[in-house]
Amino acid sequence: MNILVIAEHDNQTLKSATLNAVSAAQAIGGSIAIAVIGSGCQAVATDAQAIAGVDKVLLADNAAYAQHLAENEAKLVASLAKNYTHVLAPATATGKDLMPRVAALLDANLVGDVIAVVSPDTFKRPIYAGNAIATVQDSDAIKLLTIRGTAFPAAANTGGSASLESVSEVFEATKTRFVGEEVVKSDRPELTAARIVVSGGRGVGSSENFKVIYALADKLNAAVGASRAAVDAGFVPNDMQVGQTGKVVAPELYIAVGISGAIQHLAGMKDSKVIVAINKDPEAPIFQVADYGLVADLFSAVPELTAKL
Amino acid sequence: MKIVVAIKRVIDYSVKVRVKSDQSNVDLANVKMALNPFCEIAVEEAVRLKEAGKATEIVVVTIGPKAAQDQIRAAMAMGADRGIWVETVDTELDALTVAKLLAKVVQNEQPQLVLLGKQAIDSDNNQTGQMLAALLDYPQATFASKVVIEGNEAVVTREIDGGLQTLGLTLPAIVTTDLRLNEPRYVKLPDIMKAKKKTLDATTPEALGVSLQKSIKLLKVEAPAERQGGIKVESVDALIDCLKNKARVI
Ligand SMILES: Cc1cc2nc3c(=O)[nH]c(=O)nc-3n(C[C@H](O)[C@H](O)[C@H](O)COP(=O)(O)OP(=O)(O)OC[C@H]3O[C@@H](n4cnc5c(N)ncnc54)[C@H](O)[C@@H]3O)c2cc1C
Ligand SMILES: Nc1ncnc2c1ncn2[C@@H]1O[C@H](COP(=O)(O)O)[C@@H](O)[C@H]1O
Repeated sequence: MNILVIAEHDNQTLKSATLNAVSAAQAIGGSIAIAVIGSGCQAVATDAQAIAGVDKVLLADNAAYAQHLAENEAKLVASLAKNYTHVLAPATATGKDLMPRVAALLDANLVGDVIAVVSPDTFKRPIYAGNAIATVQDSDAIKLLTIRGTAFPAAANTGGSASLESVSEVFEATKTRFVGEEVVKSDRPELTAARIVVSGGRGVGSSENFKVIYALADKLNAAVGASRAAVDAGFVPNDMQVGQTGKVVAPELYIAVGISGAIQHLAGMKDSKVIVAINKDPEAPIFQVADYGLVADLFSAVPELTAKL
Repeated sequence: MKIVVAIKRVIDYSVKVRVKSDQSNVDLANVKMALNPFCEIAVEEAVRLKEAGKATEIVVVTIGPKAAQDQIRAAMAMGADRGIWVETVDTELDALTVAKLLAKVVQNEQPQLVLLGKQAIDSDNNQTGQMLAALLDYPQATFASKVVIEGNEAVVTREIDGGLQTLGLTLPAIVTTDLRLNEPRYVKLPDIMKAKKKTLDATTPEALGVSLQKSIKLLKVEAPAERQGGIKVESVDALIDCLKNKARVI
């Protein structure tokens, strides 16, 4: 098996989702290469060379790849893919934008959101908001997968000494124009990699009130998440949505505050190790998945919890 | 400007699906079906573009069994003008096959904009729009939260992992919808009546010249591991005690 993993990065740092994808590659077994595609991203390639178990790093460093436009990267990845049996990418917004486009260029299908490797051609993935787990066998010559990070441990990011090869192929789309980006900067841990996540829902009531959630999160050095209702209402930015159609998290501790527990929300957090729910409605479905449920008004319980920790 | 919207009939989002006891698949017998919520958002966006004078015709297309005509009618009641139903008995086509069928429809219809949902809530694939864009070599903007048509460009704001990104796509282009793009309207009875009179053309994969190949074989469908029921604690102090001394997570 010859496996290519597409690195997730912002041209400066390697995102930890890449390390989970490397573990999935190790579960398939074989030699592992990482493709770092970007612009001015030499430092990312250096980070990738240090990942334990990686044999080779392919660096495609060109202005055409600065914004990770799927139009450009898909053509490059499809071209690189011909030397591999498997191409893996993290199941992030970037990976999901890119990989189906690669698949169609290769006249192949894609197995998305892989949560387990059964064999080199057989994988498990959740369907129906995680209410069922499908085992699928992929007969395409080149297997294309996106990897759900929470289902695989992070490979060690030190100890490796992969070789570095540069790739000179450049694809530049003329029909896509990059206009701009608003990236939310936060000093808190990254949502999908945090050990503790505190999430707020519609019950929090306003963006102003979300400060009680942030205060608890900061006390616990936790990341902050939210339900769709909280995002739709504008309490918090979209990239904090946890769920079937948002981010999937599986921290050691997930604290759901003022969240009812709709199936779409549960799909994004029910693999957390310990779940705490704080909700004033004793019948809220979130209590069915919570290890520890506290029936209380969040505006008294959360500040009290923050103060006593 | 003509818009094609691809729509899918799926399980209603409020239904919690169950796995069949023989683990062959999920049990969809007597389950409430509906228009995929992301497709509903796509139809709504097309209708708003028409209302704003940017679009002239909205064609909805679905690939599926006869019952999927219900979803075409639902989209027509929202304001779509015309429907195309590609009849397939198999409801579990590979995403690539769906994309190939849609590519043929797009080649026949020659729209300026193709709208799809970002994800079907049954397969949770999140693939078809991107594949269609590759097959047609069109620009793509996935996970759209805002679409503005300016001249021969669609300026699209996308929900990405760190925040928002805006791209300008030269038309014709592919856009997939995210939740924040709009809130679909409620349809009124007269609109449902009017929808019944709109044109719905049927075609087949054979007529479109696409063979229904499969490279992904479904071997088994299992229920996920159930969580053990937890306990209710009486106070914040009791909660802290459990987290520190029982679960040992803080
Ligand atoms: C296609 C589709 C995709 C979706 N994707 C997602 C997704 O990815 N993620 C997601 O989260 N949702 C998603 N949803 C939405 C989901 O169905 C629910 O609507 C949503 O999760 C509800 O959010 P909520 O629990 O915050 O709000 P609500 O259901 O309104 O619950 C609010 C809760 O707060 C409690 N509360 C109120 N005030 C207080 C107080 N003072 N103290 C304590 N408790 C209080 C209430 O008792 C209630 O239980 C999706 C829906 C669809 C149709
Ligand atoms: N059978 C189908 N018929 C028409 N459109 C479809 C079909 N399947 C998927 N789509 C479109 O592709 C989008 C994404 O679906 P998927 O890639 O399967 O998650 C849906 O929201 C639809 O717009």
